[in-house]
Amino acid sequence: MAAIIDVQHVNKAFGGLKVINDCSIQVEQGSITGLIGPNGAGKSTLFNIVAGALPLDSGRVLLDGEDITNRPANELFHKGLLRTFQIAHEFSEMTALENLMMVPPHQPGESLFNAWFKPSLVGMLETEVRRRALEVIDFIGLDHVRNELAGNLSGGQKKLLELGRTMMTDARVVLLDEIAAGVNRTLLGDLVNNIERLNREMGYTFLVIEHDMDMIARLCDPVIVLAQGSVMVEGSIEDIQNNPEVIEAYFGTA
Amino acid sequence: MNELVFFINNVLVSGSVSGSIYAIGAVGVTLVFSIMRFAHFAHADMMTFGAFMVLLLTSVFPGAGAAFGVPTALVMLPLAMALTALLAVGIDRAFYKPLRAHGVKPIVLVIGSLGVTLMLQGLIRLFSGTGGQSLYVDDRKEIFRLALPIEGVRVPVVITEPQFYLFVLTIVAVVALHLFLSRSRLGKAMRAMSDNPDLAQASGINTNTIVAVTWVIVGGLAAIAGTLLSLDVTFKPDLSFFLLLPIFAAAIVGGVGRPYGAIAGGFVVGFAETLAVFNWSVMLRPFRDSLPEWLLQSGNLAFVGTEYKIVVPFFILVAILIWRPTGIFKGKVI
Repeated sequence: MAAIIDVQHVNKAFGGLKVINDCSIQVEQGSITGLIGPNGAGKSTLFNIVAGALPLDSGRVLLDGEDITNRPANELFHKGLLRTFQIAHEFSEMTALENLMMVPPHQPGESLFNAWFKPSLVGMLETEVRRRALEVIDFIGLDHVRNELAGNLSGGQKKLLELGRTMMTDARVVLLDEIAAGVNRTLLGDLVNNIERLNREMGYTFLVIEHDMDMIARLCDPVIVLAQGSVMVEGSIEDIQNNPEVIEAYFGTA
Repeated sequence: MNELVFFINNVLVSGSVSGSIYAIGAVGVTLVFSIMRFAHFAHADMMTFGAFMVLLLTSVFPGAGAAFGVPTALVMLPLAMALTALLAVGIDRAFYKPLRAHGVKPIVLVIGSLGVTLMLQGLIRLFSGTGGQSLYVDDRKEIFRLALPIEGVRVPVVITEPQFYLFVLTIVAVVALHLFLSRSRLGKAMRAMSDNPDLAQASGINTNTIVAVTWVIVGGLAAIAGTLLSLDVTFKPDLSFFLLLPIFAAAIVGGVGRPYGAIAGGFVVGFAETLAVFNWSVMLRPFRDSLPEWLLQSGNLAFVGTEYKIVVPFFILVAILIWRPTGIFKGKVI
């Protein structure tokens, strides 16, 4: 299998603090790759660099062989690279359903001409997007709150909405940033099932930052351990859990 | 009944006139704020610029309006809107975009826009001269006198031609803006960006495009408001001095970042101004038998003199900031 995301020798410093230090990782096509590491290891920074939210100091990021270094997030979206946010983001003034309907790249009313002079065409496309949004919202189990303003949803529901957003369009790679944090156990099971289903049925590749080790163990293979801005170990969850170096850095000395 | 017509002429009509202009102006200020998160002080000068473009074009082609049966200034308005939109996009590229790219705090952009205000005003003055000029270069300003079909009413309702066009264009602009924001993809993307810019970008919305579109709309609206105001009174290079405060008051009254609030705020400020300088003694005339003598002796029963009109929006601004700082519509996003 080929690497769909290829991060090559990336460096990033904030002021004098070197957060990412000559870091190279590969995410295989069709995999669910976990990215773990102690706090301050640079996971989120690396994530934001890949997602186009942060400029890097040096190095390259490739998406399926194409150089996407320092491309803005909206361009990456149209190339099929989607991300969720560590602290759930939502359009707080729109309903849950409208939040999902914001996503598709080719949406009704795209041109002013259509919006003003061809309401029937816009209506037809809008119905199609709406149908998909309704399916997705049912899939993520938020059907009962679909007409609530997204700003009023609970933290866990916002996380689900984040996942739902990635399902509105045909993504190639989805970056999940602590999707499980703040989600209750029952919902978490659904979330994991949904991610696996998307991976299996839709061919999504996932790169997952997660603190919940159960979820990592259940979902991710391989797992990459990041420490002090570079890769410490990479392998299956069993390898990681038995690696003395990781236990030292991540789980703390006993 | 004649008193009623007097009230219509002096309060309803003139309140709607200033209300419309403040409303369109405040929408521009509020749109810039909702997308770029800074108070754009140069907005009133974009309005002056738009009016000046109309003046220039009208002077060059004074007879163009006759072909359509409307004032030449109105024929030139679309072109002036395009030019002002171009100016707005150009100013953003030249002054605000580099600041944004450096990630400066909003207050730096506000100060920058103050600089742009002074620059624009100087530029306009350089080319237009300092005096007032009528936008009716070759045409005559029509005045419509509508006699009310009621017994005993001798005074007609008076609406001037530019006031009539102002009302029509205000309604058109508001409806068009509403359709744009609620129906079109770009309008929805604007709402999304004002709500959560990071998420908007991660959802595939090109934020640079949205910023440019915002400036185009803002520039176009500024040209409409500036031109219609200059048509109603005269064009002056320091028009913006009298507009800035009421427009910002209107935007804040309506809740900054809320276009519909800005429209409501514009009319609140416009009518408050008009009612404050309105001479109530005329309205009291029918009740003169039942009112105390001292009330009728003074010929002028306005709350404030016309020359102090500008204190009204200032007072509203202070009152709103004290009692309801987020405005009527709880401003933040579109």
